[in-house]
Amino acid sequence: MNGKQVKDIVLGIIAVVAPDADLTNVKSDVRLRDQLDMDSMDFLDIVMELRKRYKIEVPKEDYPKLATLDSCVSYLTPKFAVMVPV
Amino acid sequence: MHYDVIIIGAGMSGLAAGIRLAYYDKRVCIVEKHYAFGGLNSYYRLEGRDFDVGLHAVTNFASPTKRNAPLNRLLRQLRLSREDFDLRPQHYSQVRFPGKSLRFTNDISVLVDEVAREFPRDADKFCRLLTEVERYDDARLDAPYRPTRPMLREYLREPMLMEMLLCPIMFYGSAEEHDMDFTQFVTLFKGLFCEGFARPPGGVRTIIKALVKKYRSCGGKLRMRCGARRLETDNGRVVGVTLESGETLTADAVLSSAGYAETMRLCDGAFLSSPRPSPWEGEEELGRISFVESVSILDVTPASLGHDATIVFFNDAETFTYAEPRGSVDLSSGILCCPNNYKRHENLQEGVVRLTWLANYDRWANLDEAAYTAAKGALRDNLIKRVREFIPTFTAHLVFTDMFTPRTIRQYTGHLNGAVYGSPRKRRDGRTPYENLFVCGTDQGYLGIIGAMLSGITMANVHMLEKTTNVG
Repeated sequence: MNGKQVKDIVLGIIAVVAPDADLTNVKSDVRLRDQLDMDSMDFLDIVMELRKRYKIEVPKEDYPKLATLDSCVSYLTPKFAVMVPV
Repeated sequence: MHYDVIIIGAGMSGLAAGIRLAYYDKRVCIVEKHYAFGGLNSYYRLEGRDFDVGLHAVTNFASPTKRNAPLNRLLRQLRLSREDFDLRPQHYSQVRFPGKSLRFTNDISVLVDEVAREFPRDADKFCRLLTEVERYDDARLDAPYRPTRPMLREYLREPMLMEMLLCPIMFYGSAEEHDMDFTQFVTLFKGLFCEGFARPPGGVRTIIKALVKKYRSCGGKLRMRCGARRLETDNGRVVGVTLESGETLTADAVLSSAGYAETMRLCDGAFLSSPRPSPWEGEEELGRISFVESVSILDVTPASLGHDATIVFFNDAETFTYAEPRGSVDLSSGILCCPNNYKRHENLQEGVVRLTWLANYDRWANLDEAAYTAAKGALRDNLIKRVREFIPTFTAHLVFTDMFTPRTIRQYTGHLNGAVYGSPRKRRDGRTPYENLFVCGTDQGYLGIIGAMLSGITMANVHMLEKTTNVG
């Protein structure tokens, strides 16, 4: 899975956990929390959706690695790579 | 049957917690002793009419643009839309004291102007208090207890203004008599004055039905008329819930909305069936705040009789006494609520006037059936006298009145003493002496209907969802 696909997956999850967020011009290198006004509950849901949909585990100490779309891509791409195809 | 989590109580907090857990694939079962959902905020049908219990107003009404407002956070967390709750804002509400009144709406600037009009000496000071309240993080789970009255005295010079602010705030959420925790004061101040009131035209059942439907669609199990009789414990852990039927369900964790003392009693095997349980070490922590409420049906709307306020909080003295009364009710203060007086509530066929007074649990609990009915009847004259101050022609249009008392509250919620807002001592982190038993709802301490749901959500997140992602 390439970076673009991972990015789309993360945006797709944000669209579900925060349907009221405007996702038209999300910058890859700016903290999601700042540009989308997301709170810790929203962040927990990104983690939970990754687990529910893709069985990807993000331990609490790694939450900061989901801060921006770019950091999501670098952190999650290897995890998607080892994912067993369903 | 083994569950990841068993939730005690199908009220707002239990259902919200259940949705979170079931949505994230936990095996969840909610056990509810009553046949109706909702707990403290429930509903019933009598003589062909729908009645609400509890809900006068949904506080914390916020526009969709305020993403971090409690209402919008909880809708996101529950994957519900605004349409599901169908909330319509209030007209206006009022605090009435001798010679003074403060009107407020869902726009805080109205209250700011009203304070400046009635208490010009404190106009600036009130704005400073408002800034402090808006800055204050009242959602944190580790906030220490601080009494509110000394804090308010630092801000305000006019004692009556302090009383007039405390009156609606205490009525709508304080489990403590006379004073309250400042964090709770801030939560309610924001919920009542900064955000404001709303209501679905269908009443509280609209909200409860949305929660139940969502919970079921996520695969959650709901067992009604299925009270928890005992929590089976072993070595500091709860291992199972034994039901009234004798059946035992096992679970990895239990989340109880029954109240802290009530839950602890389930653990040591004491039953909750007697109306006034024997002395117990936690007795002093039990709440004393309970209410009598009358619901009167009119053949016309209150607005057509000249009363268009949504909610009026009244008090006959310059100081407001918020405490369990010595007599059966405290007639000197109360709340008058007209559900018709919300925007776009024209579909309500009849007029409804609800009047609420502080009440003494023991006085009501100890009556036999005949005396109980007589006591309710005796309040009728007081009810009419009071409502006529607001609606002079009330009696000519009165069709029907029903009344519930601390005894009814005790029966439906299981709260000891019929304590509407639970124990004065809140357990904000939800922890108990048992490592896998947590409390949510009134005794966790987020307040109001939105607060109750956020309580369930937060406890499920912190104790059950974040934990599994760590271990996972």
